[in-house]
Amino acid sequence: MSFPAVSKGRPGYPPLLAELHDPPARLYLRGGRPEILARTSVAIVGARSCSSYGAHVARGLARDLAEAGVVVVSGLARGVDGEAHRGALAGGGLTIGVLGCGIDRDYPKAHADLARRVCESGLVLSEYPPGVEPSPWRFPARNRIVAGLAAATVVVEARRRSGALITADFALELGRDVFAVPGEITSGLSEGTNDLIRQGATPLLAAADVLEALGIEPEPPATPPTSLAPEVESVWNALRAGAMTLDEIARTTGVGAAEVAVALTELELAGLVAGTDGVYRARNLPTGRGPPE
Amino acid sequence: MEVEAHLQRGVPAFAIVGLPDKACQEAKERVRSGITSAELEWPLRRITVNLAPAGLRKEGSGYDLPIALAVLAASRQIPPESLQGHAAVGELALDGRLRPVPGAIVAAEAARRAGLPRLLCPLESAPEAALAGIEAVPLRHLAEAGAFLRGRFRPEAVEPATARRNGGALDLADVRGQERGRRALEIVAAGHHNLLLAGPPGTGKTMLARRLPALLPALSLDQALEVTRIHSVAGVLSAAHPLVDRPPFRAPHHTASAAAVVGGGPGPRPGEVSLAHHGVLLLDELPEFHRPVLEALRQPLEDGVVAVVRVGGQAVFPARFVLVGTMNLCPCGARGDPAVECTCSPQRLAAYGRKLSRALLDRFDLVVHMPRPRGRDLDSTPGEGSEAVRSRVEPAAERLSERRPRLGKEARELLVRAVDTLPLSGRGRARVARVAATVAALAGAETIDGQHVAEALSYRAPPELTT
Repeated sequence: MSFPAVSKGRPGYPPLLAELHDPPARLYLRGGRPEILARTSVAIVGARSCSSYGAHVARGLARDLAEAGVVVVSGLARGVDGEAHRGALAGGGLTIGVLGCGIDRDYPKAHADLARRVCESGLVLSEYPPGVEPSPWRFPARNRIVAGLAAATVVVEARRRSGALITADFALELGRDVFAVPGEITSGLSEGTNDLIRQGATPLLAAADVLEALGIEPEPPATPPTSLAPEVESVWNALRAGAMTLDEIARTTGVGAAEVAVALTELELAGLVAGTDGVYRARNLPTGRGPPE
Repeated sequence: MEVEAHLQRGVPAFAIVGLPDKACQEAKERVRSGITSAELEWPLRRITVNLAPAGLRKEGSGYDLPIALAVLAASRQIPPESLQGHAAVGELALDGRLRPVPGAIVAAEAARRAGLPRLLCPLESAPEAALAGIEAVPLRHLAEAGAFLRGRFRPEAVEPATARRNGGALDLADVRGQERGRRALEIVAAGHHNLLLAGPPGTGKTMLARRLPALLPALSLDQALEVTRIHSVAGVLSAAHPLVDRPPFRAPHHTASAAAVVGGGPGPRPGEVSLAHHGVLLLDELPEFHRPVLEALRQPLEDGVVAVVRVGGQAVFPARFVLVGTMNLCPCGARGDPAVECTCSPQRLAAYGRKLSRALLDRFDLVVHMPRPRGRDLDSTPGEGSEAVRSRVEPAAERLSERRPRLGKEARELLVRAVDTLPLSGRGRARVARVAATVAALAGAETIDGQHVAEALSYRAPPELTT
């Protein structure tokens, strides 16, 4: 199986990547849409063992960005990376996966199917020719490509000395915007991101923050939410106050468990709410996407 | 099964032929002592006992009584013609007393099918045997059997076994909070759906699951007899109340072998899936079960029966049960619990997820997260009791069996939207429609509308379990 490649200085080589002080000489490509290399992209990176909060934020953010026409770049690793790709796929499929091994390899193995889906609607690329084994020392080099491709980098969750912070460092060196998602100060998984904020990274509160910094108008939502039934409305209002389990929603709103389940499904289908591990959250909406008051 | 005895002149000896197993072979010693203790005479002849048909393996100690009677009849200590129309089952003690054996109801049914109106059996087994619609003759001692056959003893009549009233079922009122879980349990009880409860340890997953049998409708007489028969063969019937008329509840430990769960042994015996027939099988800590055990569950879940083939023969046991599984969200158990941080490595987490194959997860119609209840939940007043919930479940179950609610227009549209928007497979869609039918039946509706589908959708397997 052969893979197309673009060399530095030739047409098709992403100009932003050339700004690195040691840009890769060649990029091997896998997937049907190499033209998306020319589009504005944002990197979403973070911890491999992320919390359900991190997974939720990464997925929702990537989906919103992809829906707004921005390409989501990440490293196809477990955790935040994988969630970012999945979110982008759900939001239309604009996503690029950067490998730290040969272009023909799938690493981690568990993400082989994810990589295939990324290939179908986006692109997988690597600076390594087929046959190169994955090894830990190649991952920082991979991170420099992730940062180099993207106009801005978002770190979702990172422990101190996480690989995601290396990506952020590359982005800072290039003078690109770095966003960090604020986390709980008591959680080890937020130490790295909260530290970034202290050092001057922009705290990210919604996908709109990134879009605004890049000068992109958020596209209007495809189906603007219409008026909600009273029960759905009260469930929605309760969730905007914070993440809750179904039982907690039922108790706060006084709506029965069965009716809350109905309301949550409607909100989920409308893209307003997402649940992980039994905890439901209002999706972090870019401005102008909330239901009417 | 027919037992024949033949006495010949020659060196005194005693042989049992016809593929007896060890327990059956040892009947020799028990029968000899039993006959002597009953103040009858052990014939000093060459005795051959044949268990027919000779090609079939015979198991267990239930043949003691028929062998003893055959020997007594052959030596004319009881009139051979008095055995006409009688079947017998029971184990002999060395002093001639009769001991109960498992499977008395099965023996009784076989006797009835063979056209024998009476079964001689140990006193303790008589109520169970009487369930088969046969006259059970309760006997305490081999001497009583002899006296009865000679027409000198009239045992009291036996009433067929009754079931235990409210057999210690656990009440749903004990569960505080967990409105979501209670609702799911009600749907499961009405529609006989399989349920997976996921959540951190100590959130009441097992407690909830154990309260499911009390919500299920009572068994019909045919079902009760079927369950009783299986439990009798496995030797797990309660002596005091041998009729199982409430849905059984089985919860094998996660170290159980595949043979213990689906059935097995040299001559196949029913396993836990069959003991849970018409009831509930709880697999607590589902991912901790051995992989072959979980995979072996797929046939019974699909077909409602399990076929076990062994050297000693093959058997098909009924196994139609409601499967309830519980699991943590990760190996360390902290995931999904806001109070603790999960320490599992991504590799361990992935390995944990792989334990449950897609094919098995697909068998769960409802997946419910059980979050850790907050203090206020535990403080709340007791919830509804099992009795009240069952009064809604029974009419709904009836409605489902008579005329299943059909998908309405709104419901159809919502399903299409769900398939487009959510990660929902074709099989997942069918599952949602099935659960929606139960939700509609509980609401007393003729057609399934959007609301019912919306609620059913909330029980679909979440992506974190399926990716």
